[in-house]
Amino acid sequence: MNRDIVVIGGGPAGLAAAIAAYDAGCKNVLVVERESEAGGVLKQCIHSGFGLTRFGENLTGPEYAHRFLAEAEKRGIEILKNTFVTGLSAQKEVTCMNESGIFRIRAKAVILAMGCRERSKGALNIAGTRPAGLLSAGTAQKYVNIKGLLPGKRVVILGSGDIGLIMARRLTLEGAKVLCVCEIMPHSSGLRRNIAQCLDDFGIPLYLSHTIVEIEGDTRASGVTVAAVDENKNPVPGTEKHFDCDTVLFSVGLIPENELTKRAGLRLDGRTKGAFVDGDRETQIEGIFACGNVLHVHDLVDFVSEEAEIAGRAAAAYVRGGEKQKELIPAECGENVSYILPQSVNKKESGAQKLFFRVKRALKNAVIEAETGAGTKVFRRIAVAPGEMENIVLSAEELVNAQKVKISVRGEQR
Amino acid sequence: MFDVAVIGAGVIGAMIARELARYDLRVAVLEKEADAAAGASRANSGIVHAGFDAAEGSLKAKFNVEGNRLMAGVCEELGVEYKNNGSVVLAFGKEQEGTLHTLLRRGEANGVKGLKILSREELFEREPNASRNATAALFAPTGGIVCPYGLTFAALGNAMDNGAEFFPDFELVRAEKGDTLRLFSADGREIEAKYAVNCAGAGAAKIARLFGDTSFTIGARKGEYILLDSAADGLVKSTVFTVPTAAGKGVLVTPTVDQNVLIGPTSVEENTFETSIRRAAFAELISKAKAMCENIPFGETITSFAGVRAYCDRHDFILEESAAAPLFNAAGIESPGLTSAPAIGRYVAEKTAARLGAKRKENFSPKRKSYFFFRKLSDEKKNEIIAADPDFGKIVCRCESVTLGEILYALRANPPARTIDGVKLRTRAGMGRCQSGFCQPSVLETICKERGIGPLEVTKNGKHSEIIAGGEI
Repeated sequence: MNRDIVVIGGGPAGLAAAIAAYDAGCKNVLVVERESEAGGVLKQCIHSGFGLTRFGENLTGPEYAHRFLAEAEKRGIEILKNTFVTGLSAQKEVTCMNESGIFRIRAKAVILAMGCRERSKGALNIAGTRPAGLLSAGTAQKYVNIKGLLPGKRVVILGSGDIGLIMARRLTLEGAKVLCVCEIMPHSSGLRRNIAQCLDDFGIPLYLSHTIVEIEGDTRASGVTVAAVDENKNPVPGTEKHFDCDTVLFSVGLIPENELTKRAGLRLDGRTKGAFVDGDRETQIEGIFACGNVLHVHDLVDFVSEEAEIAGRAAAAYVRGGEKQKELIPAECGENVSYILPQSVNKKESGAQKLFFRVKRALKNAVIEAETGAGTKVFRRIAVAPGEMENIVLSAEELVNAQKVKISVRGEQR
Repeated sequence: MFDVAVIGAGVIGAMIARELARYDLRVAVLEKEADAAAGASRANSGIVHAGFDAAEGSLKAKFNVEGNRLMAGVCEELGVEYKNNGSVVLAFGKEQEGTLHTLLRRGEANGVKGLKILSREELFEREPNASRNATAALFAPTGGIVCPYGLTFAALGNAMDNGAEFFPDFELVRAEKGDTLRLFSADGREIEAKYAVNCAGAGAAKIARLFGDTSFTIGARKGEYILLDSAADGLVKSTVFTVPTAAGKGVLVTPTVDQNVLIGPTSVEENTFETSIRRAAFAELISKAKAMCENIPFGETITSFAGVRAYCDRHDFILEESAAAPLFNAAGIESPGLTSAPAIGRYVAEKTAARLGAKRKENFSPKRKSYFFFRKLSDEKKNEIIAADPDFGKIVCRCESVTLGEILYALRANPPARTIDGVKLRTRAGMGRCQSGFCQPSVLETICKERGIGPLEVTKNGKHSEIIAGGEI
């Protein structure tokens, strides 16, 4: 089989990329989806808060996904469901497996949109037993929202990522008692609005700089011991608190699912855990693009869609005209910046370019400096936080003589 | 009425049952947990030891070397993953180098083939990530690795395919001796047998006492492990040991047959038979492993677990008929128990068959069909299987590429999986880097459909380990 563009993954990134590629003139697009329905993790995100930036509307996850599914359907974009991509070569040969067997698709361009997975409890080296009742927040979300099953009645949540916060509220609404949310960092990695709406509104305590040090229970979980941690994340003796619970939820980070990316021979950025890309979201292999949570973990799907459209348009342009002339300059992380995406910028681009980045610490009255070697541009924000991705826009004029883009953020401690 | 009741479905019980199934005997396998391989056979280093460690003339030495010789063939017949990756014992300094020579001589006396002392350079050529502080090493080319629970399921399954019957959740609480043995479970079931084999691992002394046999006691040593994702594959080729001490063989760093890297075990003398991990275990494992190997990617840790190793007060295997009852004790099978299992199975079955005057069956089939290697098959072979059964084209566990076909096979083939862990250990669904985050709800649903039970009845590993404790919404 031959295709102009193969999009791997039919979640929000894959759908938006396919639609954008189609609209940019590349009609021969195939989306490969491993599940029986496209839409990705949005299918189980039945809470609202999606689309505020993009549509100016407060949508649920399935509603947000539906908008893109409807657009894809309108264009007749083919989505191959129940199909698992098992291999990807640097020559853009995509190996797939489904009920009809194993087959290969030769693509002119490939868009990686596989999303991310949750970091598991196993990675945390927590002492104690390994009973039933320990699950990731996303798994609990699937049980509750898709399967109609309540994992437990008394719950402790480790990690204050957005899914954990959302699930604290969701489980409470379904009748479970959420005893607390523990966060090992001195700040939450979740959105401020989620802390207010999911914890504060329900009186669920958030223990910052706390972690679970021991899990109890032989068959089903029966309790956990929680302790405060010092600045090196080591438990402080004497601060232990015990909670009787039958369930422990882990919301301890998301990891881009880049097994295929690695198989194609691409190196990953240790900071984003995704591929290195330029402003077109083109990876270091010509004609392979990446977007969405496989590239770096986003906190708002609205930005996923925006990024995927960049990748989709660029892939269509690549199919049409081949690799364009690029003069790449690096994006460098300055003070208080944990990563920048894209990792490199094409200074030959005719339009303005948006750079996304995350800060390391929460600050107020933040001053963002973008230093290009040809000048420094300053941006201001009332507040910045690690859980909320920031972006700045640099015009073509500001980039034309640049040698790099170094972003630094300074401000007052929050 | 059974001829033989095998008490305990660990790797020893499973191997004994399989060997007994070669004879014209009705065999029952009794297991107190919901599944086979629930004790030490589940949480185990998975090493096929060469045999240089056990004392000359001991049963351990004899069965280790014999088991090592049999292992590859048994795994081939049963469709179990086995790899002859070799073992390396590191020495740090002159004194330990002396110990290597002692091990070499002992191994040769035990009949271990191919042992060789490696210079520092030869060691690094073989194991580039071995500690720079190592000064020499003992290399044992016959050392290997095997999946310990895979071997247990396969041996028990093969025994069942040849007529043995498996009774999970049968916790033996009373044994009546008369013309025959009457064996009672905690939940009121009864099984009658002419003869019993005690291979109850950590519970072996307790079982022996039910038969009036107080000739030995069993102690428990806890071993904690951490497991790294297959992304760490290639860190070491061989199983890497340090020189043994009185506490045992110490922490090892080894590849597994599933391309993970396993680090452990610790050795905690607790005698509580429980399997919780101590808070101090992680720092201990990490520092010991770092002293053995360079460049260990601890960031790839995907899980940690503990197992209990049973040992007996005689410090050798007990393989003898009880003086108190028609009972054969296969007890105190501490390391190298897994390696010895094929040889112990054969030995105990021969003794038992002779005792009961049983003849060999003509229709015994030693082969077991396994789809366990599906992900490792060629595309052509996979296509053949998918064409015959499209469920093999549906991936359920994305991290380990486990298909629905394999999960259904695990739920149907002997011994059938009944729990989430049962499916996991047979297929690897949930054993990868996401640790069942994505696939568990699908596996749960498949178990429900296949077994005709509701979602609230599905357990992780048997009694009271329900996955869903909050009810249906």
